Amino acid sequence: MNIIKARQLVHEYIRRDEEGNVESIQTALNHVDIDVKEGQFIAILGHNGSGKSTFAKHINALLSPTEGSLWVDGKDVADEENILAVRQTAGMVFQNPDNQIIASVVEEDVGFGPENIGVPTETIWTRVADSLRSVGMLKYRNHSPNKLSGGQKQRVAIAGVMAMEPKCIVLDEPTAMLDPNGRKEVLRAVRELNQKKGITIILITHYMEEVVDADYVYVMDKGEVVMKGTPREIFSQVGKLKEHHLDVPQVTLLADILRQSGINVPLGVLTREELVEAIMRIAG
Amino acid sequence: MLRDITIGQYYPADSVIHKLDPRVKLFGTLIYVISLFCIKGVVGFVVATFFMAGMIALSKVPFKFMVKGLKPIMILMLITALFNLFLTPGDVLVSFWVLEITKEGVQNAVLMTIRLIYLILGTSVMTLTTTPNQLTDGLEKSLRPLNKIKVPVHAIAMMMSIALRFIPILIEETDKIMKAQMARGADFENGNMLKRIKNMIPLLVPLFVSAFRRADDLAMAMEARCYSGGAGRTKMKPLTYVKRDYIAYAVIIVYLLLSLLCGRI
Ligand SMILES: Nc1ncnc2c1ncn2[C@@H]1O[C@H](COP(=O)(O)OP(=O)(O)OP(=O)(O)O)[C@@H](O)[C@H]1O
Ligand SMILES: [Mg+2]
Repeated sequence: MNIIKARQLVHEYIRRDEEGNVESIQTALNHVDIDVKEGQFIAILGHNGSGKSTFAKHINALLSPTEGSLWVDGKDVADEENILAVRQTAGMVFQNPDNQIIASVVEEDVGFGPENIGVPTETIWTRVADSLRSVGMLKYRNHSPNKLSGGQKQRVAIAGVMAMEPKCIVLDEPTAMLDPNGRKEVLRAVRELNQKKGITIILITHYMEEVVDADYVYVMDKGEVVMKGTPREIFSQVGKLKEHHLDVPQVTLLADILRQSGINVPLGVLTREELVEAIMRIAG
Repeated sequence: MLRDITIGQYYPADSVIHKLDPRVKLFGTLIYVISLFCIKGVVGFVVATFFMAGMIALSKVPFKFMVKGLKPIMILMLITALFNLFLTPGDVLVSFWVLEITKEGVQNAVLMTIRLIYLILGTSVMTLTTTPNQLTDGLEKSLRPLNKIKVPVHAIAMMMSIALRFIPILIEETDKIMKAQMARGADFENGNMLKRIKNMIPLLVPLFVSAFRRADDLAMAMEARCYSGGAGRTKMKPLTYVKRDYIAYAVIIVYLLLSLLCGRI
């Protein structure tokens, strides 16, 4: 079964003036179809304002569809009664690490989610320890979040979601405010959760390098899904990506330039090693 | 400079005081503050000093760290002391121009200054050794009876704990904005009071904008983690009294009696 299934999903932000008359309508999602299988690592790419966050918020029932439908683990998000269940199934990590940590001590923050859903005290403690361990933050459990680096804060936020034992985690540009090291830390943690615990990951990002390992990639532009495929399929279409204001990873770009100047490297090169190997082969 | 404010900051350490039930600490702080305003004599202050010194020693928070919390209220203390010094009627010791210093004035000034210092130190023992969450948990549980008269105790407690969590963040942000504007020629240090206040306005606007953005983000993050008010919540760290809490209550009561007995001497 697909853990996430969006069918013709439409979302309109409607701005009203003081009398309640519609002032303007902004279509942020325009008939979107997205399917995610359990255990997959999915990436969603897109230029600013392409509707990525709007989609993410639907998965967590923070917004509800204007038209069309979205099922999370078989539950319709538009149904009020499902809201808490949906939020438990699909956790959400936001961009700004400071604005999503609620407590002043790391372990208390991780315990916040389980407290909300009424998990018994002893179970909360084991869950908190397990989740902090799984993101490599166990030794910081008694620290204040203010003293952590951005990457560490984001890993705490991920642990906070993990403690609710979700099947799926949606990360909305979790690395946008981090330095390269923090970015690596967070991605490593996310990848491990996907591989070791089988958690479905939906990673929304601007950084092409983060997409290379994904099982499947969706590219959005102006509220529509404009491209989808494996990273290799996506990155072999350098021209089309540029049309949607996206840059490709440097190696891929270099490979593409080489191809255009007549050197026969394969399409959609993703890593430096692949490119080196291809060039070595051509050079004999 | 704004970072020196220690109120609302937790200092992690492994001490008896840290482990005490927050309700005990709240009660103790309340008693201590009340006692400070009842004490009028030297012996009373000796008792209060010993009590606080004992608490600070037990808390394992470095004394230097506590004293840092006094710096921001220096000016307030000075003003209070000066008012007391010059405006208390009584036996005139010295006088010049229209100002008179009286014996009672000196006494009051010293008394008020000591009280203020002890007040800040005493309350920071509590805030430094109790996480804001424990503190609000303690308040929530102590004030639970008010639920019956429709006071939203849980909501208030949650609001307080979030405010406490964001105080250091907002202070840091103010510092940053201040520096950024100082780099562009803004002046927060010179000129008269009115001018300085006026110079603060461009500081407040970005601060408010960002505070509202944060509040919005945070509300969403809380909702995403299934927060829906106090009903049906469990606690990771439920408050239960153990032996040391009863001992602490006893110590507090003994202190209260002592300070009442010796307070006037
Ligand atoms: N609360 C809102 N009210 C009105 N319009 C909104 C609101 N949030 C987003 N929009 C609009 O909806 C569109 C999609 O926004 P969304 O935040 O989903 O984009 P995004 O892909 O996440 O962009 P970014 O990369 O900047 O995060 C944008 O045009 C945006 O201006
Ligand atoms: Mg976004």
